[in-house]
Amino acid sequence: MSALVISNPVLSNTAYLVAAVLFIAGLKGLSHPRTAVRGNLVGAVGMLLAVVVTLLQQGIMSFELILLGMLAGAVIGAVLALKIQMTAMPQLVGLFNGFGGVASVLVAGAVFYQAVVAMLGAAGVQAVAPGLQFTIATASSGLIGAVTFFGSLVAFGKLQGIVTEKPVRYPGEQVVKVLVLLLTIFFGVLVVLEPQQINYFWYLAAAGSLLGVLLVMPIGGADMPIVIALLNSYSGLAAAATGFVLSNNILIIAGSLVGASGIILTRIMCRAMNRSLANVLFGGVGAVVESAAQDDIYAGKVKATSAEEVAMILKSAQRVVFVPGYGMAVARAQTPVRLLTELMEKDGIEVEFGIHPVAGRMPGHMNVLLAEENISYDKLREMDQINPAFPATDVTIVLGANDVVNPIAREASGSPIAGMPILDVDKSRTVVVIKRSLAPGFAGIPNPLFAADNTLMLFSDGKKAMDDLVTAYKDA
Amino acid sequence: MAESLGFVNILTIFVLAIFVGNEVITKVPPILHTPLMSGSNAISGITIIGAILAVGTGRETLTVVLGMAALICATINVVGGFLVTHRMLKKFKKFKK
Repeated sequence: MSALVISNPVLSNTAYLVAAVLFIAGLKGLSHPRTAVRGNLVGAVGMLLAVVVTLLQQGIMSFELILLGMLAGAVIGAVLALKIQMTAMPQLVGLFNGFGGVASVLVAGAVFYQAVVAMLGAAGVQAVAPGLQFTIATASSGLIGAVTFFGSLVAFGKLQGIVTEKPVRYPGEQVVKVLVLLLTIFFGVLVVLEPQQINYFWYLAAAGSLLGVLLVMPIGGADMPIVIALLNSYSGLAAAATGFVLSNNILIIAGSLVGASGIILTRIMCRAMNRSLANVLFGGVGAVVESAAQDDIYAGKVKATSAEEVAMILKSAQRVVFVPGYGMAVARAQTPVRLLTELMEKDGIEVEFGIHPVAGRMPGHMNVLLAEENISYDKLREMDQINPAFPATDVTIVLGANDVVNPIAREASGSPIAGMPILDVDKSRTVVVIKRSLAPGFAGIPNPLFAADNTLMLFSDGKKAMDDLVTAYKDA
Repeated sequence: MAESLGFVNILTIFVLAIFVGNEVITKVPPILHTPLMSGSNAISGITIIGAILAVGTGRETLTVVLGMAALICATINVVGGFLVTHRMLKKFKKFKK
């Protein structure tokens, strides 16, 4: 074994550089479905290289312990990754974010503790206080990691249905959040000024945990894509901060790559809702439902339809577009969607899917569900691609989506979704909306689409409606 | 002096890596946003390196204990993240008509 030990830091740092290049190449591969599988594998090889090189470094002891820990983690991770249903993907991604965050806190705490003990032990001789980079990085890692971990746990709870998906708001909410933030900054400063008091680090981590809970609790289900993307970014930044604690390049590079990726996704999600990040985190949406306006819009204009009628219309269509939303995921209606797609394609009908960037509970949620059903990815169209094609579409089937197809968003002002980019489904010849009732979506406003002349409402549970449609289409 | 230069060096790496990340990831299409998130999330499990160093070089019991907890969590993150991304990506296929 000793022959294999790497005693030269140049060697290990060079290997880390190779790992960093593999991470970047891997992420680059993720930019196209054709190269994505390989890209992910390249990233995994980079990680393996970094781990092996670290294990071979001089001064690493207790191999049995390390291998035991990695074995335990690998088994748990593999079971979670392979056993989980695709429909539970948002909460799994949230949970993995959390594990990354807590690992950063624990590593920072472990290293900090050792440094402090070493400092106190040397007090009789000459006390050497840890440097500023070390203490500031430790405080940052503890704070960001704790926010990530507890924020992710709450997000997981909300997506899993353990915690209410509704925004939890209370009087003085912003004040409480600011106070807790000030508290974390206070403990952070203490960690830097008085590192010998190790307990300040744990107070900091505790305050950060509380902050994580307080930040995510008020956020409602439809804003989850933003939160998940943001926590993704935090988990990277926490790793980068830990890199500053250890003065370790690979942690800094990998962490900042992920931090950048999460921030980009967060920005894309915010833009897709026409909201600022501050508005998502601190503002409120969906508070008031104006029932009078709702009656005005819907009264006497809503046309209900049946699966048989829709099947007849589909039979004579040349081009059909599905617009799925979170409702499809909840109802687990994606299988009959695929069956109907296959039946229609057999009849020569062109079928595509129009996917809004924030449909679902995480970025790209609908694409994963439809890909799982073996629907070809070239049929999955993003908003900018599909919108010009709606006027040439005979039938658009809206399945479990609401706010993202609300034409009110195109109008100037007044409504909470004004200016939000939407899918222009109302421009297709016929719109079929599958929905259980006329209840408003997350934004809490009525949707004039439901009362439009070219809209038919199929009032039903998403899964049942799609099953009925498949049967009716076969019989028609 | 030496330490401050060391800090500037790693700060340089940090800032440049953020720019590289920005460039690379801006090109990822919305269809792959979920795999991008879970894949990049697996990479953020790089803290596993820090955990190995904490356990492997830890002289204090508490350091080793915290390092072990970190090691298990980070490994879950890494192994689970890459595996679930692989599982998802395998589903993204293009079928001929």
